[in-house]
Amino acid sequence: MAVRKNQANLTATEKRDFVDAILELKRTGRYDEFISTHNAFIMSDTDNGERTGHRSPSFLPWHRKFLLQFEEALQSVTPSVTLPYWDWTVDRSPRSSLWAEDFLGGDGRSGDGRVTSGQFAFGSGKWPMNIRVDGRTFLRRALGAGVRDLPTRAEVDRVLAMTTYDAAPWNSSSDSFRNNVEGWRGPNLHNRVHVWVGGQMTTGASPNDPVFWLHHCFIDKLWADWQRLHPRSGYLPTTGTTNVVALNDTMKPWNDVTPADMLDHTRFYTYA
Amino acid sequence: MSRPSRRLVLHRGAAGLAGAVLAGPAAVAAAPAAHARPAADKDHPRAHGPAGHEMPEPFDEIYEGRHIEGWPEEGGHGGHGGHDGPHEGMGFVVRIDNDDLHVMENANGSWVSVVNHYETFTSPRGVARAAVRELNGADLVPVVTG
Repeated sequence: MAVRKNQANLTATEKRDFVDAILELKRTGRYDEFISTHNAFIMSDTDNGERTGHRSPSFLPWHRKFLLQFEEALQSVTPSVTLPYWDWTVDRSPRSSLWAEDFLGGDGRSGDGRVTSGQFAFGSGKWPMNIRVDGRTFLRRALGAGVRDLPTRAEVDRVLAMTTYDAAPWNSSSDSFRNNVEGWRGPNLHNRVHVWVGGQMTTGASPNDPVFWLHHCFIDKLWADWQRLHPRSGYLPTTGTTNVVALNDTMKPWNDVTPADMLDHTRFYTYA
Repeated sequence: MSRPSRRLVLHRGAAGLAGAVLAGPAAVAAAPAAHARPAADKDHPRAHGPAGHEMPEPFDEIYEGRHIEGWPEEGGHGGHGGHDGPHEGMGFVVRIDNDDLHVMENANGSWVSVVNHYETFTSPRGVARAAVRELNGADLVPVVTG
């Protein structure tokens, strides 16, 4: 059974294997397909229209499947690799080992925001921005510039205490666990982390920054944590609801996987 | 360089995107008109900005050296590729130096764009100005899809 670990606890070898597998997916073009898919859903998921990947109940199962698919791609390169998670309630500084030369590389430089350290720096030649919303072809970050602080543990706990998975109108205005995790309401968890990192992470093409996967892995873990805290609260809606994915509806773009299929993450991996 | 047809380029690009549910950018930019506002909004009024969900006013200005403009686009829902949600009502077009900035209205009347997708702004003008700051002089490009 695959075990997903806290990124802070990875060995040097585990970090290198993870980074190298990502670079190999980039080299072959498979990485960019994930960026395209993500951006397509960002642009088409709307509060008053069809919505699957974001601002809707299936935000959590959609990203769970998306991460599983990415993890499987990594494992096709190096079978021992699993996705690490970034607990940003603990590792909340630009000086965290997450941003070190031997892992994701550091903050962007002043002026143009270009990341200049690590394998994902433009200068390495291995990490071009092929799927992008503007003309810049280098990875950018502005850690802590768009918003000063990452969410705190107390804010996470407040959201984990919510008992209802999701609620009408099933969008960015819902008063629910899902919408508070996503960050459109409440203390702003998921969305705020995208803004804190800055650069490509603020855009629809956010998977251009590999920290996307570590951030979403933690979001995925928070869903699992919430399930354990609220064993009698399940995914909602359970029955057909206009424009959103109900428990047993299939999700695009796969069309063969439902939220129900994604509820039990221990079928696929566990969290350490 | 004048690129008045960038939006059309975007439409063609979107139509060719394999395996995705991407609708044309003008379609996905479609915002709820006042009459189409979700009922729940009555319970959750927008936190900031002018009250109500009226379509924002057009704007046209130079901001930090960039030409930003925006206007409501009647029936802005060309290119429905696989997107069967109701898009009656109007979209809102935002451009920076003639390039389309994909924008979207949230249920509470705030706005996001493809450049700043994870934070909200009170108006299309605000979202355009934020994109100018984020672009730092770079041009918007239609999202290429490999």
